[in-house]
Amino acid sequence: MSADSLEVENLHLWRGERHVLRGVGFVLSAGQCLKVTGANGAGKTSLLRTLAGLMYPEDGCVRWRGVDARADLRTFQGSLAYLGHEPPLKADLTARENLHYWIGGRRRVGGAALASALARVGAESFADRLVRTLSAGQRRRVALAGLALCIVPLWLLDEPATNLDAEGQRLVGTLIAEQLARGGLAVAAVHHELPVEPAQVRSLELSL
Amino acid sequence: MATAGAYTQAAAAVPVSALEAVSLALRRDLTLAFRKPAQLIQPLAFFALVTMLFPLAISPELSQLRAVAPGALWAAALLASLLALEFLFRDDALDGTLEQYALSGQSLTALLCAKTLAHWLLTGLPLACMAPFAALALGAPSAALSGIVASVLLGSITLSLIGSIGAALTLNIKRSSALLSLLTLPLSLPVLIFGARATQVAISGGALIAPVELLAALAVLALTLAPLAAAAAVRISLE
Repeated sequence: MSADSLEVENLHLWRGERHVLRGVGFVLSAGQCLKVTGANGAGKTSLLRTLAGLMYPEDGCVRWRGVDARADLRTFQGSLAYLGHEPPLKADLTARENLHYWIGGRRRVGGAALASALARVGAESFADRLVRTLSAGQRRRVALAGLALCIVPLWLLDEPATNLDAEGQRLVGTLIAEQLARGGLAVAAVHHELPVEPAQVRSLELSL
Repeated sequence: MATAGAYTQAAAAVPVSALEAVSLALRRDLTLAFRKPAQLIQPLAFFALVTMLFPLAISPELSQLRAVAPGALWAAALLASLLALEFLFRDDALDGTLEQYALSGQSLTALLCAKTLAHWLLTGLPLACMAPFAALALGAPSAALSGIVASVLLGSITLSLIGSIGAALTLNIKRSSALLSLLTLPLSLPVLIFGARATQVAISGGALIAPVELLAALAVLALTLAPLAAAAAVRISLE
């Protein structure tokens, strides 16, 4: 088993008539973050979903720890956390229940860990409210608490700071920095600068 | 540079077994369902209303009612279970839960099985509990009730499982209820036929074993194949 690394080679993805990803490739090793930029519709979400194994590329290869991720997709997916446009929360459950069911399906998580993760993202005051009563920014914070609780080496983040205030955006940066410091990897589609050491950040710009 | 084991907190993450993940998914669905009781009651109310209408519409005479009872009971049960199907995966697809299930590192087939089981507990099981009352209203003798409950229990399992395929296939289609009926009704016909036959035999006091065994065989067949098909369909819908 080699080191945690994500190698993407010559990825081509078609959506109907559109050639969305045209030969995307990069190498990311432990402690590094890939910042994906590009205009709306340039394929940032498609790239993240392809990396997560949700979409099937027409050509190219995603290698995790040097092995094709498709070879054992379930294990690969168990070692990544994907946060899409919408926080994956149930409107009729409280924030705490949401994390309990969502994260509990991936790893053992106790009440204390849930509470500290919610406190970490400044969500303790609304942890026991139904998610349908929370604002978009508050939901995003709950989703970030879930991300931090996953404890997986690879994070795939689709505009993680959407709807967040300035302090919340800094929080996203801090969480990513901590993930890198632990030896994790992150691929993030972001519009703002990440408060992460430039040496750790690679950039990838997708064009329309 | 870190090695595969050097992700410093990785040791702290205790993985959950498939059984735990499945039971968590089941409990989540049950919790959610009881927060939206209207959605639960709708198919049951439909079933009760339809079966109650028959004595009024046809004739309260026992011999006539008994003749239509099996058909009425099963047509109502089939339509009631169809009514409940739309909610099976729809909400989870919209809020990203299915996506997280697919990425959880657990077997999607098992998780969808848990969802279908929750769906059956919330629709099929209550339907089987109501069936004796509906059967009595349709003039079935009380000796027939146990056979009717058994047949509805087995039949509703198959209906939920077949429905899970249809619901998964129509996830990406807006206002899919018509298509969902078109997809699932033909597949449900064996259940309707053998279920009605079992009910008929139960009412006339014959030997129930053959039709009930056929219903059980259908349930086992659906249990083996439907979750695999539903999981494949959900993966396609996520793409």
